Amino acid sequence: MTAEQITTAGAGDVRPRVEAIELSKRFGGVQAVRAVSVAIAAGSVHGLVGENGAGKSTLSKMIGGVHAPDGGQLRVDGEAVSFGSPRDALRHGIAMIAQEIALVPAATVVENVFLGLEPARGSVVRRRELRRRFDALNERTGFGLPADAPARSLRTADQQKVEILRAIARDARVVLMDEPTAALTADETQRLLTTIRALAAEGTSVVLVSHFLEEVLDVCDTVSIMRDGALVRTAPAADETPQTLVDAMIGRALDVMVPPRRSAPSDAPVVLEARGLRRTGVLEDISLQLHAGEILGLAGLVGSGRSEVARALFGADRISAGEVLIDGSVVRLRGPRDAVRRGIAMLPESRKDQGLLMLRSVRENASLATVSQLSRGGIVRRGAERVQTRDLAGRVDLRAASLEQPIVSLSGGNQQKVLFAKWLARRPSVLIADEPTRGVDVGAKSQIHELLVELAAGGMAVLLISSEIEEVLGLSHRVLVMRAGRIVAEYAAQDATQETVMRAAFAAPTRAS
Amino acid sequence: MSTTTTEPTAAPAAGARRLGTIGREYGIVIFFLILFVGLSLSTSTFLQERNLLNILDQSAPLGIIACAVTICMVCGIFDLSTGAIYGLSAVVACKVANAASPDVGVLAGVLCGLALGLVNAIVIHLTRINSFIGTLATSIVFRGGALLVTGGSIVTVLDEHFTTLGTSDLLGAKYSVWVFGAFFLITAFVLARTTFGRYVYAVGGNEEAARLSGVRTAVIRGACYALSGLAAGIAGVLAASRTASAQADLGVGLELSAIAAAVVGGTSILGGEGAVWRGVLGVLTLAIIGNGFDLLNIDSTYQQLVQGVLILTAVAADQLLRRRQR
Repeated sequence: MTAEQITTAGAGDVRPRVEAIELSKRFGGVQAVRAVSVAIAAGSVHGLVGENGAGKSTLSKMIGGVHAPDGGQLRVDGEAVSFGSPRDALRHGIAMIAQEIALVPAATVVENVFLGLEPARGSVVRRRELRRRFDALNERTGFGLPADAPARSLRTADQQKVEILRAIARDARVVLMDEPTAALTADETQRLLTTIRALAAEGTSVVLVSHFLEEVLDVCDTVSIMRDGALVRTAPAADETPQTLVDAMIGRALDVMVPPRRSAPSDAPVVLEARGLRRTGVLEDISLQLHAGEILGLAGLVGSGRSEVARALFGADRISAGEVLIDGSVVRLRGPRDAVRRGIAMLPESRKDQGLLMLRSVRENASLATVSQLSRGGIVRRGAERVQTRDLAGRVDLRAASLEQPIVSLSGGNQQKVLFAKWLARRPSVLIADEPTRGVDVGAKSQIHELLVELAAGGMAVLLISSEIEEVLGLSHRVLVMRAGRIVAEYAAQDATQETVMRAAFAAPTRAS
Repeated sequence: MSTTTTEPTAAPAAGARRLGTIGREYGIVIFFLILFVGLSLSTSTFLQERNLLNILDQSAPLGIIACAVTICMVCGIFDLSTGAIYGLSAVVACKVANAASPDVGVLAGVLCGLALGLVNAIVIHLTRINSFIGTLATSIVFRGGALLVTGGSIVTVLDEHFTTLGTSDLLGAKYSVWVFGAFFLITAFVLARTTFGRYVYAVGGNEEAARLSGVRTAVIRGACYALSGLAAGIAGVLAASRTASAQADLGVGLELSAIAAAVVGGTSILGGEGAVWRGVLGVLTLAIIGNGFDLLNIDSTYQQLVQGVLILTAVAADQLLRRRQR
């Protein structure tokens, strides 16, 4: 089988191995991918780049059978295919290596590689045959993985190699990798890139989704740049530079009007300050000041440590060093409770996992942070609770049939409004909003924008985290940019452009102006 | 035309979903009523006041525990030590009753339950192990403690005053029935109307969300263990008082009956949902099934079969309807 593969994978093969023709995908109200056509040549390394939410992961997941496209066609070796699952894709030789490594930790490398494919006589595994095949694979790829080591004892880069071997053992001719180097050290990254080149030299096609532009240019033959769900262009990597890539990525049109921003308060007091915060391996030397009445934007790529800053300021994660100051005095936050009592509120990154009691009513969700204030002698005063909930629902313009309806039955936008209501009830002096408009429809999104501006105008200090640079730029008075756990740039609103922020986030060299 | 045809298809779907929700919420009530009416019609003795009071009296210890276990389950906790706490509290009550006085013995038994509940809370908080395994382990320790106290023999209380709680009447019903009723009302109120109750739902429904809202999740969980221990202590004292005796293996398996009752009543094993009345209804349903088998002279072997199937049905229905709701 391998012989045939290698012969058909020659560089002279003109027919692309995988061809996406006008693929589209919609999630709720969001058009994640719009009519994207990409051809992946046999034996090539094909990079997919774009900013957060540009649609590159969605595109690769459609090719890998994780998501079914809403429109368009997928062809493998010229034949139209439609995948119902990653298993279907694998049957056509397409393997997906997800960001999260999925190995059986206690099983050995061999066992992991051949999981579900064990050569057997009856139901007894033929161990010698298994070993022979493994050695052949190991030799072919030059990985040199220890066959009998348990998977959990390997370094992350080696665990990824196990995943790659697993894909090859299943005759994968196309390997899709989504941000494979995000968790790797510089040394491990180099090894993985060498591996990717070796695979391509053997005739396997590799699709690499990555935020690391230098890496992409280094290892890829071809690069496709996506913006706002659409393809900007596909070009040979040799023709691109980090600058040209960033230039092509930016410029997504904001889908809602941003409300007019009040001018930044000039002499407002600092209500929340961080000095040299560190969380080993996650955050390094985070210092920032948040003024009353200010919206401070925190931009950066997914995984750059934005949410971790929010959680550290809120006391949700332990910090290894540094201090947090509230109204000028150092505080020790033993947990979110301490932060809440000192007037800090946080809308968490994931509504469903960290914010809502999905099966409980709107009322119970909206009063969760204030229920003790609404009680006398430990007994909830239900009248007062209802009045408060009704007032807040009006303030955030909640659209719900009843305040008693379970929150699971509301739309994402209305669920988010309930979380706003929950915190507004406490009249916080600081609001940390982590992705406040993620998965929210356009109407609710602009209402949330208005609400944030209004709250800041009323004197609240707002720390706004968002993956949409346009949202951060449109609402903030100042913008901080994070990369790899550090704050790498700060801009006043009038100086920040998508381009400068993106360059800082991607660490692309700044052009001489 | 096409718009009008979509409406009739959408309406039955919504109707079916509502029916499903009602089925999940009140299926056990309907089942209980059918059973109750059926037994009333098919036997002459079921509906007699003496029989009904007898069922309540028999159910009192389990019912009291089920009230607390239901609150634990809403909070996302499985307490497997209630049977052992029940046994040890009963033994302690008898020992102290003999050593001091019956009244002090009753008090000692109840406090013993509360203390063991607190032990659970502290041990599980410190070790951060899963409640299921944690309380399984402490229950074995508690049983061992009961064996140590009794030396393996039955402890008998000679002072007859000790049996007042378990055998005497007040206004036509046994004391135990009144204790059961009071405990039910108090716990139901606590879960439904107090801030503590709200936090129990929050911790069981989404612990991270509760924590990020400033709820002291460890305190709430600890209080649930304590309440569960208290309930088992009260139940153990009632049982000891009934026979004026106790032994170390009293109440083996009671913890599982309490969890089964809570589940039959419709409290979710995933936490965040449920009500105290459901636990009590579960206990009473299982009790009248047993009573019905006795009254109808059916081989009691089938009784376990029916109860087991009922538990399976309750859990399966919960999972099925939850999945459909998503």
